[in-house]
Amino acid sequence: MIGAFLRVAWHVMRKDLTVEVRSKEVLFTTLFFAVSVVLVFSFAIVREGRAPDDVAAGILWVAVSFSGTLAMGRTFERERYNDTLRALLLAPADRPAIYTGKLLGLLALLALVEIVLVPLIGLLFNAPVLAFPGRLAALLALGTLGFAAVGTLFAAMLVRVRSRDTLLPVLLYPITIPVMIAGVRGTAALFQATPDLPMAQFWIGLLIFWDAIFITLALWTFEPVMTE
Amino acid sequence: MRSDFDKLTVVDLARHYGRRKALSQVNFTCETGEIIGLLGPNGAGKSTLLNILATLISPSLGRVEYGACTAAEGGADVRGRIGMLGHDLFLYPELTARENLVFFAQLYGLPDAPAVADASLARAGLADRGDDLVSGFSRGMRQRVALERALLHEPRLVLLDEPFTGLDQASTAALVARLRERQQAGCILVIATHDLDVADGLLSRAIYLKNGRVVGTDSDSRGLSERYRLAIQ
Repeated sequence: MIGAFLRVAWHVMRKDLTVEVRSKEVLFTTLFFAVSVVLVFSFAIVREGRAPDDVAAGILWVAVSFSGTLAMGRTFERERYNDTLRALLLAPADRPAIYTGKLLGLLALLALVEIVLVPLIGLLFNAPVLAFPGRLAALLALGTLGFAAVGTLFAAMLVRVRSRDTLLPVLLYPITIPVMIAGVRGTAALFQATPDLPMAQFWIGLLIFWDAIFITLALWTFEPVMTE
Repeated sequence: MRSDFDKLTVVDLARHYGRRKALSQVNFTCETGEIIGLLGPNGAGKSTLLNILATLISPSLGRVEYGACTAAEGGADVRGRIGMLGHDLFLYPELTARENLVFFAQLYGLPDAPAVADASLARAGLADRGDDLVSGFSRGMRQRVALERALLHEPRLVLLDEPFTGLDQASTAALVARLRERQQAGCILVIATHDLDVADGLLSRAIYLKNGRVVGTDSDSRGLSERYRLAIQ
């Protein structure tokens, strides 16, 4: 049962990544947007090589969330073009496994974006991104997971709605505020002049809590929301 | 084990979108080896009915029985016995024909997906084009790949939404031959079409739909155009 679930999720993720490798559409768009956000903020905020406290953490998460929203919309837009979403839903596979595959594909793309973003933030905002790489990676991974878990569900729900591009951020941002706050505060705790590791650890724990709630709800609701 | 069935029964089926009734009081039964045509003007409810039969839309009222069970009772097992060819073909243009077929074979849990895909490509007459991107195919070639995708898992119930649209004479003849072959193999085929010339002589039975209601059925599929005109008027 679990084997079949993981098999379907793996095939859906691999298909999404193959399509992305061929088109490079979502990756380049998302990356370009994320880098633009960071550059604009760095020109506006950084003076004489110094940025105000905690700004780097905030901008990192703004770039991740904005570019992530863009990627979510596009990955489901593809399934709409040729109505392939219906073919996926018609397959005798667990529908939550299809959701999981789409989520994993999105996470892989966002991980690539973050691999570019983090050094850029370190460079432009003089942030100590290499001081605690394990904890920073955990914050980014858990924060992105929680954000993408909700976003993937909403993007799938809205795929047939005409105003989906407007509705996705309107629905997504209020619900993922706890994840964003935990991500920003945890990252800020690592970036500050005297890093506060217990505080970072606390926010990591809170992210695990929110991720568990969001993923459980998304897996539970995906099947009913996808049946018209 | 997948629950197979030899009979499809539609009982008092209705689908409402708010106050609009897309389907109302639809009843019919079909058995293995039948090709059923859903005929009617645009907006008659043909695609809605196909989507309900495919389990993609829930009916507002009534039920569809796949043998002894409904879609809710059969779940994935029932879905595994249904193949659908939609108007939009359900193919990824960024993937090759082979990659599309292998992906769906894997999704359906078929053993040896690459071999299944190769056999399907051969049946579609595209064995030498299997590694070409679907985006480079003509409408007829895409349609052949899409049909084989829908038939990969040898479904009992095959649903086709306007399958003859945009096909030339040779492609239409090939499609008709493939559908007849599936009919001989004991499939139940339900086709929504406007193409009465092609449907003439192909259908075991025609069901005429108008404004979401069945306005007539017809088991003599010859001279379909004239009887369609009379039924729909």
